[in-house]
Amino acid sequence: MSSTTSTATVKHKSISYAGWGYFFIAPFVIVYVACSLIPLFSTFYNAFFENYMDGLKHIGPNFIGFENFVTLFTPRADGRLEILNYTTNTMIMWVIGAVPQIVFALLLAVIFTSERMKIKGQAFFKTVIYMPNLIMASAFAMLFFQIFSSVGPINQLFFTGNGGSAYLFFDNTWSARSIIAFINFLMWFGNTTILLMAGIMGIDQSLFEAASIDGANSTQVFFKITIPLLMPIIIYVVITALIGGLQMFDVPQIITAGRGGPNNTTKTLVMALNSYIGTSKNYGMAGAVSIILFIVTGILSFVVFRSTEPKKEGKKK
Amino acid sequence: MANAAINRKNGQMDYFDKSNTTSLVVSRIVSYIFLAFVTVLSLFSFYLLIINATRSNAQLQAGFTLLPKEHFIDNLVTAWNDTSLFFLPQGMLNSFIVAALTCILTTYFSAMTAYGVCVYDFKGRNVVHKFIILVMMIPTQVSALGFVQLVNGLNLTNTYWPLVIPAIAAPATYFYMKQYIDSTLPLEIVEAARVDGSNEFRTYNFICMPILKPAIAVQMIFAFVASWNNFFTPALVLDKKDMWTLPIMLSIVRSRINSQAGDMGEVYMIILLSIVPVVIVYLFLSKFIIGGVTLGSVKG
Repeated sequence: MSSTTSTATVKHKSISYAGWGYFFIAPFVIVYVACSLIPLFSTFYNAFFENYMDGLKHIGPNFIGFENFVTLFTPRADGRLEILNYTTNTMIMWVIGAVPQIVFALLLAVIFTSERMKIKGQAFFKTVIYMPNLIMASAFAMLFFQIFSSVGPINQLFFTGNGGSAYLFFDNTWSARSIIAFINFLMWFGNTTILLMAGIMGIDQSLFEAASIDGANSTQVFFKITIPLLMPIIIYVVITALIGGLQMFDVPQIITAGRGGPNNTTKTLVMALNSYIGTSKNYGMAGAVSIILFIVTGILSFVVFRSTEPKKEGKKK
Repeated sequence: MANAAINRKNGQMDYFDKSNTTSLVVSRIVSYIFLAFVTVLSLFSFYLLIINATRSNAQLQAGFTLLPKEHFIDNLVTAWNDTSLFFLPQGMLNSFIVAALTCILTTYFSAMTAYGVCVYDFKGRNVVHKFIILVMMIPTQVSALGFVQLVNGLNLTNTYWPLVIPAIAAPATYFYMKQYIDSTLPLEIVEAARVDGSNEFRTYNFICMPILKPAIAVQMIFAFVASWNNFFTPALVLDKKDMWTLPIMLSIVRSRINSQAGDMGEVYMIILLSIVPVVIVYLFLSKFIIGGVTLGSVKG
């Protein structure tokens, strides 16, 4: 209520001051339009042109309509459907990382917020689990590449140490994908924990008390009260994680030296985009990949937007 | 039940009577074991990194140990002075320059925008607000192609302008600051300042900024870390050795290893040096960082 009255006051006095608002938002708006919005449209514009480097020769730009999308959705000579390949890779690695990420985060959030257990040393544990999130993904990737390399500690401990031959983790599809997924899990479960904790603390405590008085055990409380009431936050967390997952780039790029090996099984959408822009300078295809990424992200964001906006509207002000 | 009633009086949530004490002890033990496991999970890679940074290449090839060796300084000197691929201190300085400028611009201008939207009832303010919220989720990668073309067109490749200027418009920072201003800044202060004859920008810079300090600090940390760790955009706009930031240098190290195994001790040291500044900042400010995560991300 108080904010309604203050808005009314501003409205009342706004005759002379409202215009100042434009000066305050101007730098943001100008920079956003110049550095993000116009590039966004010119990226899309590129998608409809043939524009690439053939050796040293520059081909295009020639308008070719939806040709780039057709190329993207047509199997190549080696039978590989590029866009499907990259999307599947991205999603597989995301799922392998995200499932333990959400499960761990839920467990930790419940443990930390449990009034019954009163866990000690919470500040320490939270500090520790959140730390990986701030570490450079490139450094993590490089470190894990070292740890799992043919001469790295893991091989020394389990394979070469016993006189065996080295296991080439990055030459095997599933071990390479799992390592990438594991890094993502390690980097993000702390962040998810903090978000879920905030969600749990937002639940009316009297519900937990009532359940305990009625004799519910902690498992029942978890599945019948915590989870259902936490659902909006869980959905928010899952979808934002999915949007983040679609942007997966640093870790697989560094760990596979940009090749997405073995055999293009760890190449993500953004890695493909990066190589179209940087390495092959195929701007037409880069534009097409961008549009697809934009549409998918747009749909997901819309779901987040809908799931958080209307319900909280009344509470917010 | 009497027991429970007493507990409630003491303001405790513990409604379980004696029969449940064993289950409480068990769940506590299980929880601590799980927490210990998670702690090891989070720290083991850092431990390996530090240990391996203290070992010479020969020791690293010879086998794995959990104890540190004596070559920390040697590796540090090698990593610091090696100019065969790049000059590491230059990379750290570059990363620092970019991250520092980015975090100042991001927080100052995004907070200013949020302030503008909160304080002034100008025409279209709701449209601006809705728009920023709407574009918050769009990944930077989606507009990367157009952005790179723009940078090439303006001849700004191999400069830091393309990394620093876009920082002025950070939708997520705007959103966080908007929430914070809505809940902490009394508009009466702005009005009182006007009565006292302060102009609008002065009011923002000298009266409101101090009130927003906690939120600004949190956002500065996040912006600094994000920029320090950023790989995608710098990799597209910087191809001159002298301009490289740390993530690019790491990718260069990685591609060298593929062709020939270099000094592994040095490689571990380079990784360590690239994360040390962030770890130090984090250990001092973790309380604010963890508190800041929830404020910005979950509404309500």
